[in-house]
Amino acid sequence: MTGTPIHELTEAYRRSESTPTAATEAFLARIARLDGELGAYLTVTREQALRAAADADARYRAGKPLGPLDGAPLVYKDVLCTRGVTTTCGSRMLEGFVPPYDATVIARLTAAGAVMLGKGNMDEFAMGSSTEHSAFKPTRNPWDLTRVPGGSSGGPAAAVAAGLAAGGLGTDTGGSIRQPAAFCGVVGLKPTYGRVSRYGLVAFGSSLDHIGPFARDVTDAALLLRAIAGADPRDATCLTAPVPDYAAALAPGVQGLRLGLPDEYFIEGMDAEVERTVRTAVDVLRGLGATVERISLPATPHALATYYVIAPAEASSNLARYDGVKYGLRVAGAKDLVEMSSRTRAVGFGAEVKRRIMLGTYVLSSGYYEAYYGRAQKVRTLVRRDFDAAFGRVDLIVAPMTPNVAFKHGEKEDPLSMYLNDVFAVPADMTGLPAISVPCGFSAEGLPIGLQFIGKALDEASVLRAAYAYEQATPWRARRPSPA
Amino acid sequence: METVIGLEVHAQLLTRSKMFCGCPTTFGAPPNSQTCPVCQGMPGVLPVVNRRAVELGIRAALAFDCRVNAACRFARKHYYYPDMPKNYQITQYEEPLAEDGHLEIEVDGASRTIGIQRLHLEEDVGKLLHEGTLETAQASLVDYNRSGVPLMETVSRPDLRSAEEAAAYLKAFRAVLVFLGVSNGNMEEGSLRCDANVSLRPRGSRELGTKVEIKNMNSFRSVKQALEFEVRRQAEALAAGERIVQETRLWDADRGYTRAMRSKEYAHDYRYFPEPDLVPLTIDRAWIEEIRAGLPELPRQRRARFVTQYGLPPYDAEILTQSRALAEYFEAAVREFPQPKVVSNWVMSELLRELGADDEQAIRSSPVTPARLAGLLVLIEDGTISGKIAKEVFEKMRRGGEDARAIVGREGLTQVADEAALGRVIDQVLARSPRAIEDYKRGKTAAAKALVGQVMKATGGKANPGIVNRLLEEKLSKI
Amino acid sequence: MITREEVLHIARLARLELSDTELERMREQLNSILTYIDRLRALDVTGVEPTSHAVPLVNVMRDDEVVPPFPQDEMLRNAPDRVGEFFRVPRIIEG
Ligand SMILES: [Mg+2]
Ligand SMILES: [Zn+2]
Repeated sequence: MTGTPIHELTEAYRRSESTPTAATEAFLARIARLDGELGAYLTVTREQALRAAADADARYRAGKPLGPLDGAPLVYKDVLCTRGVTTTCGSRMLEGFVPPYDATVIARLTAAGAVMLGKGNMDEFAMGSSTEHSAFKPTRNPWDLTRVPGGSSGGPAAAVAAGLAAGGLGTDTGGSIRQPAAFCGVVGLKPTYGRVSRYGLVAFGSSLDHIGPFARDVTDAALLLRAIAGADPRDATCLTAPVPDYAAALAPGVQGLRLGLPDEYFIEGMDAEVERTVRTAVDVLRGLGATVERISLPATPHALATYYVIAPAEASSNLARYDGVKYGLRVAGAKDLVEMSSRTRAVGFGAEVKRRIMLGTYVLSSGYYEAYYGRAQKVRTLVRRDFDAAFGRVDLIVAPMTPNVAFKHGEKEDPLSMYLNDVFAVPADMTGLPAISVPCGFSAEGLPIGLQFIGKALDEASVLRAAYAYEQATPWRARRPSPA
Repeated sequence: METVIGLEVHAQLLTRSKMFCGCPTTFGAPPNSQTCPVCQGMPGVLPVVNRRAVELGIRAALAFDCRVNAACRFARKHYYYPDMPKNYQITQYEEPLAEDGHLEIEVDGASRTIGIQRLHLEEDVGKLLHEGTLETAQASLVDYNRSGVPLMETVSRPDLRSAEEAAAYLKAFRAVLVFLGVSNGNMEEGSLRCDANVSLRPRGSRELGTKVEIKNMNSFRSVKQALEFEVRRQAEALAAGERIVQETRLWDADRGYTRAMRSKEYAHDYRYFPEPDLVPLTIDRAWIEEIRAGLPELPRQRRARFVTQYGLPPYDAEILTQSRALAEYFEAAVREFPQPKVVSNWVMSELLRELGADDEQAIRSSPVTPARLAGLLVLIEDGTISGKIAKEVFEKMRRGGEDARAIVGREGLTQVADEAALGRVIDQVLARSPRAIEDYKRGKTAAAKALVGQVMKATGGKANPGIVNRLLEEKLSKI
Repeated sequence: MITREEVLHIARLARLELSDTELERMREQLNSILTYIDRLRALDVTGVEPTSHAVPLVNVMRDDEVVPPFPQDEMLRNAPDRVGEFFRVPRIIEG
């Protein structure tokens, strides 16, 4: 039961072959057994989950389930505010912080009948690509416990991959859904910026932050997206376009679809196995009737540098509020306010967060704004123009998700080499374009590899459709890790 | 030396809810009872702009003849202070709502135009209570009720040349905002706050001297006193060959001086950047015109119109335009009794005897409505009552809320114009006043006045004085 | 190259207390990242409009309607230190 996708699970509820409580108990049991080693959860909301499952049981018994997610046991990245449930962002700074409100996405999934199993581990404040920067514990990759699950949404990705949740939500500011999805061999979708409300997502880089689903398969990703997408009066950057029934539009396949393969996404130093696997996947798509052409996105080599100006700048601002005054940590014994705040922040934030706050403060500071932030916002325009031009010729872009497979814990000590891991992920965040990572094979060592599709703004339907066609034509989703 | 002052005024906009969330803006609620995750800057929250605040800002901008920018946006301004929950303020920086306006002020009968450099919208911060003073407090308490209340910041050009002018500017500014319903302008409640930049320079010089920022002036009196003090302080320092230090000084109203803020706080670097959580505002012609159409006539324009349209002396026009309610009262009365100067006299002398020209509430609820005042004036006009009686009737109207005609009828106050009846009264008066008659005959005209007075007294003031004069003269000449 | 003094200045602006070893390490790492970022200087961006939002929205506003505020106690519950109805902070002036 813990290995099946949501749509099969809820189908089984409907046919009375299982119940939300039975499924929830199975997941909770598996969490109890495996998560000590995996470290995917920061909080397990056992009682709350069982209560929600019992409510769902009653609805199924009455023949009135709320929809295709009713009774689905999910994991939410701990950066999403949950009313009455500790939300830490993987940071000492927010240890014990209990939000008095639910993020819009949480409220929507709850209204759709979803069962929250708990809060997923993450790199502190979503800064990182390995979930080693969680202040509480690292998460391990279920395919190889010596390796990282990717990040920053490593907890939810690992939980879904290991059968510790049927699906979940992560966030993606610089690849933080798609990169761990690729490393853990699950589906990870980053929707168009504004498609999903950010209200209740603890901000990292506000103009880059996205919320999206982790799923066993593309169908589940489509169902989850539909449930969380759509206008929200609490988020001024949220789009009001109607939300299509993504799952209903998966079937048509890729026949006649024009795919662009960008030269800049095959770079020197890239893992040869990854490149070979991705190129094979592209051949599969060709075999399914898609036309593939080489395209160029010339600003790509500058995207990562641009990202490392914009994201830290916005982060330095967003994280200014953690000062020990209103919530979270406060160090004792400081003689005045400045000392209290400076020490609280010194103790409460980890090294990576401090680094980014410093970098962000620097690029915004007097005399440097134009040279860094101003310039980065202009390069961001160049990156967007590349995609605009490409989408004049192709329907979708297909590319590798990461330049390598999951690396070992502690392998990337140097911050810059860690950052380079997200080189193929960052452009979609900077442009706000929808992108998905879908499993496309394994390395010789048995580590998953991800294939990325990037679509036009608000064209999640095509992204999902191509990923679905590929998924249905290949055997990868049947393979599951067997941790412990 | 010449004094150069520029004022930064923060006015709370008259909205029901806060700038970026739905919390109420009610004054005086229990601490931290008017907040939500948004205005407490909790993790995960997002701001959404209050449309009414933008409209009120545009309203004020139009009143000050500012250019309303076609596009404006919000920015984050960063500094650490515990009353500001996000440790950045959402404000406007490079692209403010409006720029380049002006405000006319009058000092000693002369009027001057003061430039307004910019007008922008922002959110207020919370309130700090110190256990003692800021300097001596071992701890401070924070109340976030005010956090997120919508503010309009208006920066004047350094066109003010004295403390008196600065006070006049603030008064005129406040009057416009109150008149337009943009702000309640209440300085005690902090709805209107003012900071000043003060510097001195040699007369004729175009360069600005080192400026000092003065804060904490929370009444008109404080503004005047603080700036007078600061100008004197700087003049004395310069005269003694000292240099002025660029700094922020606080006005200490109790002690009557400004003092430098004691702070080792590191130099500010606000690190402004466009607020990524808010999208730009575009303000098109149609929106501006819609707001302009709803704009009431400004006091200054109305004052000028009262002089030209009604032929009133400037003094009358000035008083009658002190508040919207009073101006409306006057015009309503004139519509019913089209003798503007007569109405003006009655409004200024009688109506305002007991209520202030800017007491909108009292003027609107006065039992002597414009229609009733007009009714009273008609009775004088047609000779039913004398002006003297009319003043008594006005008093009765003020207390009882009745029509003049009803009061006059009930109390028999109608002026006696019956010549036969008056003749009889005059005969009685003359019969008991032989000395007065003799005085009159010897040419003492004052004696006639005394006789008129006696007749008036005998009729309880109701006699028509014109008729009494004529009849008395006739009878005296026959004696 | 970012200097030690600049790192100190930035740390003050960011309200971060850094130990001497942290400071030096931070200087090195910032320099390495900034060197990487400096590749942006080679790009010609004259006449290019900045992108601050990935969405082409304007004029998103709400009506001036009051929403009941959150209960006072709920809003004070996370306070590290409170006195009655207030958040409490240590003395504001340094010294
Ligand atoms: Mg301001
Ligand atoms: Zn609020």
